Amino acid sequence: MSIMGDYLGMGLRLDELDGENIAYFKHCAEHSFHLQRCDACKLLRYPPTTACPWCMSPDSKWVPVEGKGAVHSYTEVHHAIQPAFKAHTPYLILLVDLDTQKGKPGADEALRVVGNLVTPEGKLAPPELVKQVGIGTRVRMVFADVSAGLSLPQWAIDESATQPDRPWRYPQE
Amino acid sequence: MPLPADTDVSSPKYLRDKYAIIGVGETTYTRGSGMTTRALGTWAVRNAILDAGLKASDVDGMLSYQSGDSTFGPFIAGDLGIRLDFYMDVFGGGSSTEALIGIAMGVIEAGMCKTVVIFRAMNGFSQVRIGGTGARSAVPVAGDMLHSRAYGWQSAGQMFSFTFMRHMHDYGTTPAQVAAVRATHSAHASNNPKAYYKKRVTVEDVLASRIICKPLHLLDCCVETDNATAIVVTSADRAKDGRHPRALIRAVAGRVCKPRADMHYQAGPISTVAGRYAREVLWPNAGVGPQDVDVTGSYDAFTFTTMLQLEDYGFCKKGEGGQYVSDGTIRLGGKRPNNTSGGHLCEGYTHGMNMVIENVRQLRHDIDDSCPVGPDGKRKHTYDYSEGGCRQVKNCELTANLGWAMPGTGSAMVMRRD
Repeated sequence: MSIMGDYLGMGLRLDELDGENIAYFKHCAEHSFHLQRCDACKLLRYPPTTACPWCMSPDSKWVPVEGKGAVHSYTEVHHAIQPAFKAHTPYLILLVDLDTQKGKPGADEALRVVGNLVTPEGKLAPPELVKQVGIGTRVRMVFADVSAGLSLPQWAIDESATQPDRPWRYPQE
Repeated sequence: MPLPADTDVSSPKYLRDKYAIIGVGETTYTRGSGMTTRALGTWAVRNAILDAGLKASDVDGMLSYQSGDSTFGPFIAGDLGIRLDFYMDVFGGGSSTEALIGIAMGVIEAGMCKTVVIFRAMNGFSQVRIGGTGARSAVPVAGDMLHSRAYGWQSAGQMFSFTFMRHMHDYGTTPAQVAAVRATHSAHASNNPKAYYKKRVTVEDVLASRIICKPLHLLDCCVETDNATAIVVTSADRAKDGRHPRALIRAVAGRVCKPRADMHYQAGPISTVAGRYAREVLWPNAGVGPQDVDVTGSYDAFTFTTMLQLEDYGFCKKGEGGQYVSDGTIRLGGKRPNNTSGGHLCEGYTHGMNMVIENVRQLRHDIDDSCPVGPDGKRKHTYDYSEGGCRQVKNCELTANLGWAMPGTGSAMVMRRD
């Protein structure tokens, strides 16, 4: 059955044919981050796919993955394009290197998971938090609930982690 | 027919100089064309055919690209009385131009047709906004888009900025270095009567313009316009008696991808773009290197895209792109000018084709600037590049176009003067 939801006034939809994405977001709705692990090469992958992008095997299993990592890159949006985000600028979009599988299969590879900077409660971060985060900031995954069977993985500053003295921020501020 | 001794027929290099661009045409670059994409496309294709000195009956192939925002080849052909032996309308935006030129060479080589017109017609401002604003920004988010648009990660600027930021982080590239691309292209556009933005801007103007999404200021982003553009490709033999010196195609690289084209940020380093791979197709097939090129057309959807491509195609060392685009090299009068028309930042947005058109005119030594036209009908270029002046590059013999779809995908082409 398809899953529908409303997030920030924006319609979200998962088609019933979209098995991989339904499984991914169902785990998120249980507030547990899962990725597919390839049965053949044992590598994890993101986002969900039908075959393994590293070895082409069609066989995989969903396994729990720790939602912790460091910001690899980011953009800070001041001019929102989508109506849903216009009331929330500036907002951060983060590309996060998970600690799990970092540097595999090649030294420059990582599971790089996209999300917004949010509060520990999963709300888009206010400007004072947005200013604190840059490349290198340690973050942990939290979930923004949308509807039954659909939550979005998001990123909050990891208060329990040792943070870099000064994360790298865009120089003209 | 015997082939030259150095020819490896397993490689496309045996097609070096066997095909040419013989006609180019466009409409006015506007905001508010007041006509359909079908009408725009008809004008551009007609202009290109006339520029080539051909008749409708000389054209038997047509290619176009679009993203659900334009008309189809057979309508344009029908409107102009062209009967087609081949056509195809493909899905695509930036980087399509060079790739389709390669396809045109392939279908002619296969004997499917003889002369192909390629067009792109778009109301990129008044109908389907290329920046992603307007009706398309509010559609429900479904399926794979839940991993991107649900996070407010949708427009080209938003999607590419991870690469742009990481380049600054990895190599110390500064906002002012990158802003020099806009300042340079605006100076070029001030010598281009066709350009939508003809006003010169400074690095300071770029840095003082508002932030769209970091690291992009408003003036780091290209213009959105309504326009159509077209080019005519045929075999070099057939082009021998054309109206203009031929722009001979040395080599094409089409839609070359980084690994994980579905989500290229999974493969690193993310401060490297597809040109890193495309250069390995382009230069060996062209039989020349970046040091031989007189003029570049590095796609400027954003200031950063010009810099990243010039760097990854080898015009400078990796990490030195910021220096390369800000030290005067890419200016008219510099060692290797880039986007002499003003490009997408200033002339108009066409998903790449106007940069190819510009380089064809550079190779003809017939740039349409404001220099006086002599009694023989030819423009007398002054090579004075001050505002409102010349934009013809002296003795331009070899050009490179570097087309961009996204950090993970690009196309390229090398042309030489006949």
